[in-house]
Amino acid sequence: MSAPRRGPSNERLERFARQWGLVLAVVALGFLYPTYVGWLKGLPLVGDYFPTVGSMVIMTVFTMMAVGLNIVVGYAGLLDLGYVAFYAAGAYTAAWLASQQFEQVTFHFGSVGVAPTLSGIHLSIWLVLLIAGLFTTIVGILIGLPTLRLRGDYLAIVTLGFGEIIPQFVRNGDNVGGFDLTHGTFGISPIDSPGFGSGLSSLGLPDNYRQSFEAERLFFYTALALLLVTVICSVRLRDSRLGRAWIAIREDETAAAAMGIPLMRTKTWAYALGAFFGGVAGAFYASFKSGAFPADFYFNISVFLLCMVILGGMGSVWGVVIGGMLLGYLNAEGLATIGSKLSSSTGIDFEPSKYQFGIYGLIIVVMMLFRPTGLVSERRRKLELEEGVHDEPLYASQRE
Amino acid sequence: MSDVLTATRVRKEFGGLLAVNDVDFTIPTGKIVSLIGPNGAGKTTFFNLLTGVYTPTAGRIDFDGHQVAGEPPHVITKLGVGRTFQNIRLFPQMTAKENVLVGMHARMNAGILGSIFGIPRVRREEREADKRARELLAYAGLRGRDHHLARNLPYGDQRRLEVARALATKPKLLLLDEPTAGMNPQETVTFMEFVSTLRDEQSLTILMIEHDMRVVMGISERVTVLDYGEKIAEGTPQEIQKDERVIEAYLGRGAGT
Repeated sequence: MSAPRRGPSNERLERFARQWGLVLAVVALGFLYPTYVGWLKGLPLVGDYFPTVGSMVIMTVFTMMAVGLNIVVGYAGLLDLGYVAFYAAGAYTAAWLASQQFEQVTFHFGSVGVAPTLSGIHLSIWLVLLIAGLFTTIVGILIGLPTLRLRGDYLAIVTLGFGEIIPQFVRNGDNVGGFDLTHGTFGISPIDSPGFGSGLSSLGLPDNYRQSFEAERLFFYTALALLLVTVICSVRLRDSRLGRAWIAIREDETAAAAMGIPLMRTKTWAYALGAFFGGVAGAFYASFKSGAFPADFYFNISVFLLCMVILGGMGSVWGVVIGGMLLGYLNAEGLATIGSKLSSSTGIDFEPSKYQFGIYGLIIVVMMLFRPTGLVSERRRKLELEEGVHDEPLYASQRE
Repeated sequence: MSDVLTATRVRKEFGGLLAVNDVDFTIPTGKIVSLIGPNGAGKTTFFNLLTGVYTPTAGRIDFDGHQVAGEPPHVITKLGVGRTFQNIRLFPQMTAKENVLVGMHARMNAGILGSIFGIPRVRREEREADKRARELLAYAGLRGRDHHLARNLPYGDQRRLEVARALATKPKLLLLDEPTAGMNPQETVTFMEFVSTLRDEQSLTILMIEHDMRVVMGISERVTVLDYGEKIAEGTPQEIQKDERVIEAYLGRGAGT
């Protein structure tokens, strides 16, 4: 570089601005969303299409799960069709540690908005989020150890199986040797609200989210902060020694092993870290909804999350964020809005939300036809497009 | 210790097929050794036994004081065996530099939390790895190719990148599986000069499978011949060229007379 000499701090600042400028702008816009959503909704024609803050919470939480799933599917190339299991594990951790489920004991620690005499375990939701993440990580490792020896389609089928086992377990877990662990099909409700307690309210931190007048806004800020942390961790991991190992395994397992990468351990870490974020998201969502219900953990959630990853661009964090927000929006209210608009303006009685999975499927098919790398291509896939690709493979990629 | 690797009665069966039949084999430290033999003689299978891709049915393999038969590939790599593949197996969607960085995996220590928080030790390690990767690329004759995707490199450069990636694992023993396959005579000569320098400058021991007899006879200090999974001859290139059984294996019975 023959650029004129600058102070190192100046140069670093410039590089930082180039790298993160757009990101910071988007994050700022995101955090300010509740302040200008009213104005957006007042706009003619398009106003009704903007999501409410409540929908934004759901979109953000699902996007967080998609970013977690992207570690498994996008980085390490392990097709996981049972990610919903981690969402369930996280949600039930919150349900166990912040509700009246275990009425035999009364244990309170940092919980807000709960009478001190109320039975059950009531931990602070912040602590619960962390515990849920760690617990789900352990679940991920336990599921991963036996299954990750498989490759490709076989792995997908087994993860699909585990994705079904865990919801079935919670559905039938109301009598585990006479002990009511999951309250069966009724689910566990209510779950405590997040909050910082009255002690910190002098710092401007909210005492109790759910009892606040702007509960949705508080949940949204928290969800966005969690998503931001997930994205940062995800980017950091991608560019680390471990991230390179994941991508190497995705590209060629045999060669990766020959370069000194322990396959099982590295794959299990991908699974475990993906699980961690799924668990935290699940616990937070359970607290937002104030309940964990087995009906929320069907297979279609796994597919829905996978659609977000594919639509956004496998392996591309920002792509997955966009894909997640987009599909999350359609799911939370977009399709319903479009349907009601359509029927009120044309008189056709059509409810797109009834056909939602058909519509997601169509989106994926169209993407595969016109933009197979996703909305935002992973950097290396973009390189490939820019540099051009040799038409014929130079070597046979079959296993020795 | 004069032999970096000793294989004792190594045997590999695939079902009923005997691919490697009780082969004894030693690689003296610091030498360039060639493994030759007709197609299907079990050379690549033998390579895969040495590197842990396959587990031997019987026998032991001692590398640098460790019994490595049956160990997984990453353990053997960490002990100091680097390799290239017969059909180039780079990480096609990664850049040349990233390929080399992957090779350094076993020599780096960054953990998950350290990477997420970007602690100084991890950042320093990344900087050093980056520097070393660029040096290795330059050393392998790939200067200026750092950011090219592996799959877009010309064939000869892909071969060189495989060597650079193997060197990144800091091997004591480098295994090259048909390194000059598909190269034209000029490329072959340059590449073999590179292998020679490698051995001298990096104080490596090199074992290679090779089909080009001019290459084998020109560069190796010792040649082992496999046929139908059995070792039929071992010696200096001059001895091998005169060996009856070798001539028979390559040209058929009666050709030697």
